[in-house]
Amino acid sequence: MTTVEDASALLHEPVKRSILDRPRSTTGPWSWFTTVDHKKIAIMYGTTAMFFFLVGGVEALMIRLQLAQPNGTILSAARYNEFFTMHGTTMVFLMGMPLAAAFGNYFLPLMIGARDVAFPRLNMFGYWVFLFGGIFIYSSFALGGAPDGGWFGYAPLTSTPLSQGFLPGRGADFWAVGLIMLGIGSVATAVNFIVTALNMRAPGMTMMKMPVFVWMMLVVAFLTLFAMPPLTAALIQVFMDRNFHTNFFNAAAGGDPLLYQNLFWIFGHPEVYILILPGMAIVSEILPVFSRKPLFGYSVVVFSGIAIGFLGWGVWAHHMFATGIGPVATSAFSLSTMLIGIPTGVKIFNWLATVWGGSVRLRTPMLFALGFIAQFTIGGLSGVLHSIVPADTQQTDTYFVVAHFHYVLFGGLVFAIFGGIYYWYPKIFGKMLNESLGKLNFWLMVIGFNLTFFPMHFLGMQGEPRRTYTYPSGMGWGTLNLMATIGAFVIALSVLVFLVNVIFTRQRGELAPEDPWDARTLEWLTSSPPPEYNFAEIPIVTSRDEFWHRKYTEDDEGRLVKLPPSPEAEIPARRDPHEPHNIHMPSPSYWPFVLALGLPIMGYGFVFKLWWLLAIGALVTFFGINAWTTEPASEETH
Amino acid sequence: MAQTAVAPSEPAAPHAASAHQTNTGVSNNKLAIWVFLASESLFFGAFIATYFLYRGRDAQFLKGPSPSSLLNIPFTSVTSFVLLMSSLTMVLALAAIQRGDHRRFRIWILATALFGMTFIGGQVYEFTEFYREGLHLGTNLFGTTFFVLTGLHGAHVTIGIVWLLSLWGRSMQGNLGPEKHEAVEIAGLYWHFVDVVWIFIFTAVYLIPQH
Repeated sequence: MTTVEDASALLHEPVKRSILDRPRSTTGPWSWFTTVDHKKIAIMYGTTAMFFFLVGGVEALMIRLQLAQPNGTILSAARYNEFFTMHGTTMVFLMGMPLAAAFGNYFLPLMIGARDVAFPRLNMFGYWVFLFGGIFIYSSFALGGAPDGGWFGYAPLTSTPLSQGFLPGRGADFWAVGLIMLGIGSVATAVNFIVTALNMRAPGMTMMKMPVFVWMMLVVAFLTLFAMPPLTAALIQVFMDRNFHTNFFNAAAGGDPLLYQNLFWIFGHPEVYILILPGMAIVSEILPVFSRKPLFGYSVVVFSGIAIGFLGWGVWAHHMFATGIGPVATSAFSLSTMLIGIPTGVKIFNWLATVWGGSVRLRTPMLFALGFIAQFTIGGLSGVLHSIVPADTQQTDTYFVVAHFHYVLFGGLVFAIFGGIYYWYPKIFGKMLNESLGKLNFWLMVIGFNLTFFPMHFLGMQGEPRRTYTYPSGMGWGTLNLMATIGAFVIALSVLVFLVNVIFTRQRGELAPEDPWDARTLEWLTSSPPPEYNFAEIPIVTSRDEFWHRKYTEDDEGRLVKLPPSPEAEIPARRDPHEPHNIHMPSPSYWPFVLALGLPIMGYGFVFKLWWLLAIGALVTFFGINAWTTEPASEETH
Repeated sequence: MAQTAVAPSEPAAPHAASAHQTNTGVSNNKLAIWVFLASESLFFGAFIATYFLYRGRDAQFLKGPSPSSLLNIPFTSVTSFVLLMSSLTMVLALAAIQRGDHRRFRIWILATALFGMTFIGGQVYEFTEFYREGLHLGTNLFGTTFFVLTGLHGAHVTIGIVWLLSLWGRSMQGNLGPEKHEAVEIAGLYWHFVDVVWIFIFTAVYLIPQH
């Protein structure tokens, strides 16, 4: 029910009054609580996710300090378990996915020439659920123990009831309930993105004229839509087993722990693509702009993305090769895993061909995008190794796996995200990030990243198990581990440089030109930052890379020719004096906040079995839904 | 939706405004509910798969009361029939509101909710019976999978009932004109979906024979 907004309420209707008067202001600190502007919501997603990135990063530094030398004593075994569990959970659910939502929120509507997403209030709801879900999970540190069963929380480790459990404390309960909550927010955002991309494109923008970014976010939204429910089911089963003595994973009653692994990885492997496709999306926008060439093989890139989206559902059991699922299953999943390497490889070649022969400008966003290609390729290659079952069996649960997925998710996703931040910062905030600091940020991150994770390939081959809080001396792992720890601090330094850059730019950065990169897509066809309504006039789209084609054409010999300035390619001034008054934007609302607030209240009720608290949370939720659905999406203001 | 808000000057037919200006021709709200229901399918799919995985395993592990001794197929067939008939009354309610016939709309929407409540009543009775005969959540795998699967479905039906009643309330307040029949249609899609899910669950739990 919450996914449905009342579209017809936008039409002229008498103004109805809720219990609280509807918020009206769209500026000032309070407006951030009630805004439905996709751009503001995106900034909130982005800053919150960057905060969690720092938190997860500090956890990683603690892990690295503990492992820097044999017999480390900085963390206790219990604390170490909490830190690696929360590091993984944070980076996947509180950093990776929300940052993708941040970029998607800001640029999906702008790139398709829309004024907002399809469901602005649902959008806001998704953000609040993410924030409250993150706070909820982290509050476990103060409320009886943080999650400590690993980010994939295998049953029966996590599902055995507290009284006889292997995991002391309420960590697994917080983890299960918190992830269910975050899943609700992710599905809400996915529904929103799908409807927006399918339904709200500007006139003339056919599906095959959509920027690759939009395509990839659409694929991500579909993956999220179908991946979260199996996870939710698995988490409900774990929570029921822990708290209501069901037998889902109780081997003594015939329960099957492999059921959990299957359900989790049916979510978990698409999740990998949910995390990496936004990275590919960002890179596919940066590379053409800084090569001054259209993306090579647009339709092939799009179809490869869709193919990854489909094949991503057929590879999950390669996470389970060591569990003895039998020769037929392992062969099948081995083959499908090799198969999914093909569309991924196709994309890599398309990116290379985009850069090839272009007039390349090595600005910071481009550096990060090139870093993405190189490091993601290394991660992809070590991933293909995992499709070979005997090799995978050796590598399972060693640092080789840790090296592999950090090359994909850090070397890939995080590099793409930083590239995206440098690329779009002038769009979002109207100022240029400092280029020298940006290059320093990049090189420190490349050095730190490779210093941290490349040695882990060797450590894994030498048999160092992951998730083990210490190792004895004499294993020969000390030097490489020390290298990795030093690398981790170099990464921290690069992030520090980035933060300095942001603060410096906010205070003294130069104002950005309207089109600083000579860009190609529609988001640059409006002022920076864009007005609330994005476009005073919805652009009519005639070609892929619409903005580029309004600026350039080709002569008979295929050379680029700049067109004389035309009103079509003109970017409106920052503060348009002729601000149009006939644009009705969706009105701010309290209810997404209220509805989202009900969920953690219910969550605490579940975790601590406080039924009165659960009832209060349910009441708040019900009240929120009720007020939301009776309030029109947009108030008449005249 | 924002696009529809862009051009208030356009004399679009009020009830079709959103549908006419989307790229697909399907209104945002309707597309959203379809997409959401697709997601829900996997949620139920996971629990139905769990049920099938564990079906019949109890014989080798914890015994407890067996499904064949507990399940009252004639009784549940009747409540299932009532639930399926509620889809018919839902369709009639939608047809009535599309015609602008509020009186019949209220009758049919209340009938739909009532049928839903009958089904839930039957489920409450069934759960209590099973509990009294010694089947708890933790008794065996059947207890675990049966109560959780049917219970989650029951929760969905309950949400649907509240939704239907709220539509009835809006109609009573005069806030549900014929131009808002899409709100009814969307609730109807959800309701039909929950019915279809029950067909699968009923087949899985009751109709496929087990000891």
